[in-house]
Amino acid sequence: MQHGKNRFIVGFLAAPLALYALFVIWPFIQSIYYSFTDWTGLSPEFGMVGFDNYSRMLDDEIFWKSLQHSLTLAVVLPLVTVGLALFFAFMLNVGGRRRRGAAIAGVRGSSFYKIVYFFPQVLSIVIVALLFQFAYNPNSGAINSALKVVGLGSIQPDWLGDPDLALICVMAVLVWSTVGFFVVLFSAGMASIPRDFYEAALLDGANRFTTFFKITLPLLWDTVQSGWIYMGILALGAESFAVVQIMTVGPNGGGPDYSTIVMPLYVYQKAFRDGQAAYATTIGVALLLVTLAFAALVMKVGRRERLEF
Amino acid sequence: MKTTDTASTGLDKTPGSPGGADTVPVKTAAPLARKESKREGGVLNVFSHGVLIIWAIMVVMPLLWAVMTSFKTDRSIFTAPWSLPDKLHFENWSRAWTDAHMSDYFLNTILVVGGSLVGTLLFGSMAAYVLARFEFPGNRFIYFLFIGGMSFPIILALVPLFYVMQNMALLNSLHGLIVVYIAYSLPFTVFFLTAFFRTLPSSVAEAACIDGASHTRTFFQVMLPMARPGLISVGIFNFLGQWNQYLLPTVLNTEQEQKVLSQGLVQLAVSQGYKGDWSGLFAGLVMAMLPVLAAYIIFQRQVVAGLTAGAVK
Repeated sequence: MQHGKNRFIVGFLAAPLALYALFVIWPFIQSIYYSFTDWTGLSPEFGMVGFDNYSRMLDDEIFWKSLQHSLTLAVVLPLVTVGLALFFAFMLNVGGRRRRGAAIAGVRGSSFYKIVYFFPQVLSIVIVALLFQFAYNPNSGAINSALKVVGLGSIQPDWLGDPDLALICVMAVLVWSTVGFFVVLFSAGMASIPRDFYEAALLDGANRFTTFFKITLPLLWDTVQSGWIYMGILALGAESFAVVQIMTVGPNGGGPDYSTIVMPLYVYQKAFRDGQAAYATTIGVALLLVTLAFAALVMKVGRRERLEF
Repeated sequence: MKTTDTASTGLDKTPGSPGGADTVPVKTAAPLARKESKREGGVLNVFSHGVLIIWAIMVVMPLLWAVMTSFKTDRSIFTAPWSLPDKLHFENWSRAWTDAHMSDYFLNTILVVGGSLVGTLLFGSMAAYVLARFEFPGNRFIYFLFIGGMSFPIILALVPLFYVMQNMALLNSLHGLIVVYIAYSLPFTVFFLTAFFRTLPSSVAEAACIDGASHTRTFFQVMLPMARPGLISVGIFNFLGQWNQYLLPTVLNTEQEQKVLSQGLVQLAVSQGYKGDWSGLFAGLVMAMLPVLAAYIIFQRQVVAGLTAGAVK
């Protein structure tokens, strides 16, 4: 077994590690280094400026807006998505008419619901964003036309063009596209909870509301927590970038009066529109810190005794 | 008890009554509670179906609306967004396919995703196999180096990456996109497959070794076939991620001829906006939606298993 072992290890690791180091690790290290320079990204020359970019960032009103929006997304999106998904999953698995001999029952056709709900998850976020951009169109979009049809023609919001509504519209789209994934995930978790637990609780007179909070949620906690982190990272990262950049107005997206600007989009604008590569990486470092802090916080707040069953 | 219960439906048999369908072996106050929860079950059933159907409609509606709109004329898209098309305008589809270059975007996407999927699975399983089954100094370090990449925002690396690619003359090329896709898919792939290779029995590999197979041969002829379920799961995950990738091509691939589907659609949206060819755009959107929809319906079980096994571990 020892023969040629080291050569094998080196040979197998070399290519993947080289690719990964060159295109992932190295750019990450470089970006932290660049955040201390005045590099424009256009010329190869640049000088060290210490913490200038960081102090500039702290005075940058749009940066604070983007931070605020990203944090809103990271808090609200997981809350709504995970909450809705738990609700639907509980309905699917426990909301059915009880059949004889079974303490709990799923609703009829639960697998059909799961297939439908999951579909937006496999759809490209670009398609989803474009589709809803048209649905939100104030003059002839599907939503406002539907409002007219049902007699609410007086309510015709400017959805994405309204600074107060634009961010909510963006969030609604992200919720729409991710809920199904979590429904399926939580359903799988709920299906593995032993039925005797529910039977015992129902015999003791617990209603379904209580069973959810006393049995389902605690036993599902690990899944919920990782789902929470996953959704938060999505909200801080590439998904929110795509949705905001495509859907909201402005030269490169970002909504009226930067009302939907999020951190990844601001990084993109600074680097590839304004030619301020160094400053862009500074905002990127801030985004990295926010992401790590978010994950750490969720882990810490969510920590509780692991339940074995 | 029975007389007070006249309003209850026939389904709601009084527990404990003679001949009741399910006699409950519980004394005292419990029957009441059981009955309460049972009636609640009926109401809840209606309620839960109602809620579930509403969400199902909310999911399906936008998609049906898109399909419907793709067959309409521009005029009726604006004047009557919710009406059915007067006739099926297939010319929208052919216009999108040829004039709006959807065929080119499809081809580019297939080439890029095909290449990177093979590369991701090959390199990912090679690294994962070594990390999972061999002891050597630095093993843990390399493992954490790989999986650390899962929590970093890609956008941060993109600015320097753009210049790395530029210096290597990989910018605006399909093969450049392929290597970048592979590199950014490795963290999750290595993470998932390392866990998977650890669960495979070592006796088979040892037997192959005793028979005189080299490590490389053991890997390709014994371990890789055994790892097929894991490869399929992680393959689906990567396929969807790479097919739908938007951020990487947007930054690294701005040449018109090299654009992939997601970029092409966005460009279509911008340019059709000026030309006013909305029906063509909707045809393009639906066209891009169809392969994924078909794959999802056919491989529904594997897709769901692959994605859910993937995301939360």
